[in-house]
Amino acid sequence: MNPRAPHQLSSRIGLRPEPFGAMAYHFDTRRLVFLKTPALVELVHSLVDYDSVNSAVAAAVDGDEHKANLYVTALSSLADAGVICER
Amino acid sequence: MNVELTKKPVPRLVDQLQYGLSAPICMTWELTYACNLECVHCLSSSGQRDPRELTTDEAKAVIDELAALQVFYVNVGGGEPLVRRDFFELLEYAIGRRVGVKFSTNGYLLDEAKAKRLAELDYLDIQLSLDGADAATNDPIRGAGSYAAVIRAMDNLRAANFGEFKISVVATRHNVSQLDEFKALADSYGAQLRVTRLRPSGRGVDVYQDLRLTQTQQREIYTWLMGQPDVLTGDSFFHLSALGDALPGLNLCGAGRVVCLIDPVGDVYACPFVIHDEFMAGNVRDEGGFSKVWRESALFESLREPGAEGACTSCGAYDACKGGCMATKFFTGLPLDGPDPDCVKGFGEEAMAAVDQSHVPHSTQDHSKPSGPQSQRVSISLGSKPASN
Repeated sequence: MNPRAPHQLSSRIGLRPEPFGAMAYHFDTRRLVFLKTPALVELVHSLVDYDSVNSAVAAAVDGDEHKANLYVTALSSLADAGVICER
Repeated sequence: MNVELTKKPVPRLVDQLQYGLSAPICMTWELTYACNLECVHCLSSSGQRDPRELTTDEAKAVIDELAALQVFYVNVGGGEPLVRRDFFELLEYAIGRRVGVKFSTNGYLLDEAKAKRLAELDYLDIQLSLDGADAATNDPIRGAGSYAAVIRAMDNLRAANFGEFKISVVATRHNVSQLDEFKALADSYGAQLRVTRLRPSGRGVDVYQDLRLTQTQQREIYTWLMGQPDVLTGDSFFHLSALGDALPGLNLCGAGRVVCLIDPVGDVYACPFVIHDEFMAGNVRDEGGFSKVWRESALFESLREPGAEGACTSCGAYDACKGGCMATKFFTGLPLDGPDPDCVKGFGEEAMAAVDQSHVPHSTQDHSKPSGPQSQRVSISLGSKPASN
């Protein structure tokens, strides 16, 4: 994942809200991915409103760099799983 | 795969899943009780169609609901789903609404024309049932000629360029030594192998004692599965995780939490292996439909509560095996908070010896054909050796 590039939730993903966060289903790979906090789900939905992953993360963490790193790592693994993609 | 932000504030996924989900992940829908085979271990005692089975329109309404609930795919079975005349209509309707279908079939009706039609559909998985790596092992369980029928169906799928399908094996005392042969067979077709646990459900109760794995075989299959991460198991062997490292997948009974069954007449059960009144949560024809049953039934709510203190919770292996399979315990007459009959620590054997056989629950439905596979049952009993452990 290039964190300087704009991203969005992939159109090949079904995202279902759950008490813990959300469950993502990839319609091509047929794999389930669990997003384990509501905050991460919100961040994924917000990607489309920002010109880069970094700016979406910055808006979500309010200056907390440790948290920002965790978010970028989480989004990176979601990109690997095809949940989010460049737009 | 799980994406976490931090380790600290987030409970383990398995702990969260036990409180249930907004909709099932893995749901099974038996489309009909009619079947052209009479397998001795049929978990739904299938054979004859039930006159109350859902109509095409009712089935489509269920699909609409599943789509609205974002149930991403459904495991379709039976009976034999291909005997329903509206099978393709329902299949295409579901796929058109982004509800993927994985259907199980015995392959008898999967001729060249059907294989071609299936190959044209996306978002579809096929699972062919096979219980022996040769006819001599398979046919006493599934019926004369059933091995040849599956091979023919696999040939048809290959000729139609269907792509990867699944071969689904119920592990028994007689076929567990053939795991490598099953794998080689699957590989030769570019297919994926799936091996699941035998349960004493439906007609399976009649053959369970003769076909269940011995303790030695349980250790063998555990070791084999640990070395074959690509083989699917439906997470059905989680009771074996008490032998060492956990097997991949959800090591938890998902009944009513992440799993459920809709039977051919629309009754909703906690899992495909507990077709019994005690585990029926409602019917899709009830007001509020499937959604209300899933979200509000008293049965499902009780299954999502933390487990009661039982005989197993003091055992050191409890975190690994979670007490095993609810359905297996129920149909062998064991208390649900006690050990699984196939408990790898041996507590199941002790518990089984104490069961009052006159109180073992019997199936509350039976759609077996009047003649039934009685003759096969007898031959299996005679042909099998008594369990050594």
